[in-house]
Amino acid sequence: MAHKRTTLLVAALTLGAALTACTGNTPQNQGGGNQGGVKVANDEPGKKVVIGFSAPAADHGWMAAITNAAKAEAGKYSDVELRVVEGTNDVNLQISQVETFINDKVDAIVLLPFDGAALTPVALKAMKAGITVINVDREFDSPFAARSTVLGDNHGMGVSAGNYVCERLKGKTDAVVAEIAGIDSLPLTQDRSRGFAEALASCGLKVSNRVAAEFTVESGEKAAANLLQAARRIDAIWNHDDDQGVGVTAAIKNSGRNEFFMVGGAGSANVMREIKADNGPHKATVIYPSTQGADGIRLARLVVQGKSLGDLVEVEVPRQVELYAPVVTKDNVDRYLPTAFES
Amino acid sequence: MSEDTAAVAAHEQQRAPVGKDNGRGISGLLASPAGRNTGLVVALVLLCLGGVVTAGDRFADVDNLLTILRLAAVIGVVSVGMTFVITGGGIDLSVGAIVALSSVWATTLATQGIANDTHWIVIVFTALLVGGACGLVNGALIAYGRVVAFIATLASLAAARGLAEIISNRKTQIVNVPGFAAFFDASVLGVPVLVVIFAAVAVAGWVLLNRTTFGRRTFAVGGNPEAARLAGIDVRRHTVMLYTLLGLCCGLAAVMLVARTTTGSATHGGLYELDAIAAVVIGGTLLSGGRGTIAGTVFGVLIFTTLSNVFTLNNLSISAQAVAKGAIIVVAVLLQQRLARRSGA
Repeated sequence: MAHKRTTLLVAALTLGAALTACTGNTPQNQGGGNQGGVKVANDEPGKKVVIGFSAPAADHGWMAAITNAAKAEAGKYSDVELRVVEGTNDVNLQISQVETFINDKVDAIVLLPFDGAALTPVALKAMKAGITVINVDREFDSPFAARSTVLGDNHGMGVSAGNYVCERLKGKTDAVVAEIAGIDSLPLTQDRSRGFAEALASCGLKVSNRVAAEFTVESGEKAAANLLQAARRIDAIWNHDDDQGVGVTAAIKNSGRNEFFMVGGAGSANVMREIKADNGPHKATVIYPSTQGADGIRLARLVVQGKSLGDLVEVEVPRQVELYAPVVTKDNVDRYLPTAFES
Repeated sequence: MSEDTAAVAAHEQQRAPVGKDNGRGISGLLASPAGRNTGLVVALVLLCLGGVVTAGDRFADVDNLLTILRLAAVIGVVSVGMTFVITGGGIDLSVGAIVALSSVWATTLATQGIANDTHWIVIVFTALLVGGACGLVNGALIAYGRVVAFIATLASLAAARGLAEIISNRKTQIVNVPGFAAFFDASVLGVPVLVVIFAAVAVAGWVLLNRTTFGRRTFAVGGNPEAARLAGIDVRRHTVMLYTLLGLCCGLAAVMLVARTTTGSATHGGLYELDAIAAVVIGGTLLSGGRGTIAGTVFGVLIFTTLSNVFTLNNLSISAQAVAKGAIIVVAVLLQQRLARRSGA
């Protein structure tokens, strides 16, 4: 039996090789090189890749985690040399950092711009210089400014949170749902709120009370305190951001209210620990991955080494990777806790 | 410095004793006007040596030099203007906010529409006008409203950035005016236009401060306003002019930033007030007024941007760079205090 299977396998392989030899347009691969889609094990060391990494200032937990995760990922590969520059919210400085990478002729740049539009000209310059640019989280305004883009799904976060609220409040048509948003004028906040409203509408609910904070602990506390004053009874709260959620939780504890459950956003480790221990208002959180920068590092390495994304048939690395926003509950928290960020 | 001497004389007197310290070792050398700049040049050379030793060819490279200068250009223009205000005995905390407001106002759909119908220079004039107007308001509040400069410009800081957020609705405004980006992206004999503008502003600032009546009056007003008033200088009008000049510099810096990013945004110019004041102070301009040097300011800007570049090239951490910056400021200010005590004695 075992022998028969081996014979079959050899036959199939020979046939396949013959077919490829006859019909393939591309010259045969010499084990590596830059031809794209060489199906070797992706983690095996290839040619040396120098990657420059720049992100905004690490002024809240999620942003700090972006850089830390990127560094940790690069450390796993012996063929990656990562150059991380000072995180900055000054676009003038961030542009000069990218210019330095261009001068240094790095192989790839992984860039989480403070402002996507403002960093577009210099990213275009880098692409023109033949450098692989991977755009993370905040999009450039030109499709030619990056080889690939890694994004979180802001709209999807809202949808996931809304669906979870619907599920828990099933049949309660008079339920009071509150929302604590992040910085209201940012497109990402608008996307999250839109997704949340759409998902709630599908089960006949709506957002009764909505306040906006500014992603900081202090602003979260203030917004939540106001919200709790405004609404005498609440059934569910969705808070967009777990960093500001530290302040929201503090305000809830101070008020002594416990008639509602809370859903977080972004997915910090302390919220996940709270969900796991079931000792606070958080019963779930939706993830906005803080490992986007780390994924950017991996993609940059694959593109430069001419490898494909494993498990895809496509020979090139995709133009855009939009990450999923799963709901983390007590049942599945162990799966997500290892990659969660500390706020 | 005696109270009743005429202003210009007061300024001369203040400068004079500094020379006497020559020959008293290093601190004496550093105390002479030429010596102060020598100290800065030495610091810059040491930094560059550090860059060459640690980063070699990557540092000593024309492209890298231009990267440093392009980074220095925007904050440099603001710092030159700041030198005038501080020399004149004032302070301006609102420069970053004025840069933001000017960049936003110069890139609204309306402004861009007019620019598209006429010429891209409209964007430049709008930014200069907005910056100048902000400076005028600051100056008027301080000179005629008798609000302390620190408080008046703190108020402008909040108000200007708030206004920028309202106008832009906190969105990033992208510039699509043909010719604008092309002009500022170009190079003259291999030198980027932004760097040429910075050099022109620095030279013009030096001439204005050291070779004109306006400059003499600035020293006088900063050194001893009462003496300057008695000498017949309209101190209040001069103060308004100083802040307006700084406002114009902010407007110009906004144009340069818009060109570099092709965007106007309410987040532009974050903490520029601190960068500019730090550069001016380590350059040797007295925070209490009466003594100022444009060359020192330019060196101050170059020291900070070179430091930032060397750290970037060496892949050094965020925190180490901040510590180094802090240390440089403290050393410069300690040195300055010693000099002030000597020249005051």
